[in-house]
Amino acid sequence: MNERPVMMKIEKAVDEAKDTKTFWFSGRVGAKPGQFVMLWLPGSGQKPFGISYQERGSFALTIRRVGGFTKELFKLGTGDRVGIQGPYGKPFSMKGDNVVLIGGGYGTAPLALLADEMARKGKNVHMITGAAGKEFLLYQKRFEKSKVKTTYATDDGSFGHKGFCTECLVDSVKSGNIDYVYCCGPEKMMVKVFEICNKKEIPGEFSLERYMKCGFGVCGSCTLDPTGWRVCKDGPVFTLEQLKKVDEFGKYKRDGSGKKGKL
Amino acid sequence: MSGLKVDLCGLKLKNPLILASGILGVTKSSLKNVAQNGAGAVTIKSVSREPRKGHKTPIIQVDGDVMINAVGYSNPGLSESRKEFTGLGEVGVPVIASILGTDAEEFAYMAGNFLPGDFSAVELPLSCPHTPGYGMLAGQGTPEATYEITAAVKKSTKLPVIVKLSPSIQALGEVAKAAEKAGADAINMGNTVGPGMFIDARAKKPVLDFKFGGLSGPAIKAISVRCVYDVYKAVRIPVIGTGGVTTGIDAIEMIMAGASAVGVGSAVHYRDMDVFRKIADEMSVFMKSEGYPSVNEMVGLAHE
Ligand SMILES: Cc1cc2nc3c(=O)[nH]c(=O)nc-3n(C[C@H](O)[C@H](O)[C@H](O)COP(=O)(O)OP(=O)(O)OC[C@H]3O[C@@H](n4cnc5c(N)ncnc54)[C@H](O)[C@@H]3O)c2cc1C
Ligand SMILES: Cc1cc2nc3c(=O)[nH]c(=O)nc-3n(C[C@H](O)[C@H](O)[C@H](O)COP(=O)(O)O)c2cc1C
Repeated sequence: MNERPVMMKIEKAVDEAKDTKTFWFSGRVGAKPGQFVMLWLPGSGQKPFGISYQERGSFALTIRRVGGFTKELFKLGTGDRVGIQGPYGKPFSMKGDNVVLIGGGYGTAPLALLADEMARKGKNVHMITGAAGKEFLLYQKRFEKSKVKTTYATDDGSFGHKGFCTECLVDSVKSGNIDYVYCCGPEKMMVKVFEICNKKEIPGEFSLERYMKCGFGVCGSCTLDPTGWRVCKDGPVFTLEQLKKVDEFGKYKRDGSGKKGKL
Repeated sequence: MSGLKVDLCGLKLKNPLILASGILGVTKSSLKNVAQNGAGAVTIKSVSREPRKGHKTPIIQVDGDVMINAVGYSNPGLSESRKEFTGLGEVGVPVIASILGTDAEEFAYMAGNFLPGDFSAVELPLSCPHTPGYGMLAGQGTPEATYEITAAVKKSTKLPVIVKLSPSIQALGEVAKAAEKAGADAINMGNTVGPGMFIDARAKKPVLDFKFGGLSGPAIKAISVRCVYDVYKAVRIPVIGTGGVTTGIDAIEMIMAGASAVGVGSAVHYRDMDVFRKIADEMSVFMKSEGYPSVNEMVGLAHE
């Protein structure tokens, strides 16, 4: 664990999908699937990103360009250095033998690492991944090469199922032998997955996003109502049973000043 | 253990451990979580009149026993915070407000408009070392400014007023006396030390985006204990000893230096949320083995 940021060279920055790049680093962070690092760009800030690949001697982050910080990051390439601090957070438990992993947008990133590790352990992994359109879908080639079963969904129908990926989950759980669900993506989508799992009494885990500043449980920015759990330290992965106690799940989140706002 | 009970200027605490301002206390839920983990009282993160985004990240860094921060008083401002901190009875222990002002007038405005709500006391941090416009960077740590601000707040609220001082003040005794003369009910000694700076050799830059920040954590304990010792000698009002307390023995040392209650902040990182319960248990064990029936009996013992 790196308590302070360690300046690491970007090995390569690969286009993964539209507005989305995977940044590779050589070195080890020793992360478990679901954990994240705080990435420091001197002068631009420090923000949380999940680990999407971990191979012998290297790891990667898959990042969507959304605002000021990620825009600066996208200017960097091979040889440029950024600070990597962590990894932090509670990982996915890796429970279950017949599991569905369901990811929306860049939420597929931490789940892909989970898929790698669970498939390696001989578990049956079904990956359902959704995006707005074909151009945003992640890791098709990566999954083709693995033992992971895949289902794709796009909002515009440009690839795979036309509609929400949650509709594919409904089909998948009908088969009856799914014993665990892992989910990461936009919160509205996670709420649907939560409802489906809750109704079918399938246990599950969900990776939440809240505004993080320190990343290690001190500043209080990412605490949830009404439990006061810290997403960075007590999460970001929470079980379905835990989320039943989190009233703000699916309703609101706070910004960097602590003000409540829309999801 | 009932021997841990203390009375701090009218606040009845089940134990002397108080969550320090700025660690976790952004929301009521967070305060409740800390209370359930054993704190005797909790302090909210300081609130200003207008919303503040705070400094850019990184805002907190750790290097072994030293924590450095330049959070920059991020908070949603007076009106959002009033909504956030209602129904504080739910928290289960006394809640202390922490209010900010750029001058005595603004402090008085904050006291008049944010308090009393369900708060049990109010704290004035005249001592932040890294936020322009406030605390040390605005000259609020002098005897004159301390007197003026404390007196103005006393006029605007009936709640007990706690004045939080900086360990970097040279004439600590005089500043503490000025607070007492202006009517302060207690002194919190104290805020972070420094400011200090971490530089990353490979980045060739300070790590905190604000460049410098206040030091906290186990490494500053020797400084805070000495400051508490000095302030205890200077005033008659009770002192809250804050800075570097991580274990039960640390808390006892602080109390023997003259603290009636003990602030705990960075230790949440070093020993996690249940640090309050751990410290309280360790205090009980010590008190039992050394034969102290109550915390009161230990206050200031190092002066005898
Ligand atoms: C545990 C965790 C893991 C994440 N993993 C990934 C990942 O693998 N890939 C990826 O592309 N993104 C990931 N994110 C989201 C990523 O942190 C934000 O997209 C990024 O901070 C946006 O910064 P910006 O300045 O480019 O955009 P902004 O315009 O500042 O913000 C765009 C959006 O990102 C959110 N955001 C901004 N700053 C933060 C912050 N400090 N903490 C949390 N959310 C923030 C805002 O609320 C807003 O919704 C993760 C977030 C968390 C909390
Ligand atoms: C991350 C962080 C934020 C802080 N924010 C505030 C604040 O908003 N108001 C305040 O009065 N003190 C603030 N402080 C100072 C603490 O309340 C406390 O006085 C100091 O950290 C020393 O105690 P400790 O060693 O137990 O942390 C902050 C400290 C830290 C580490």
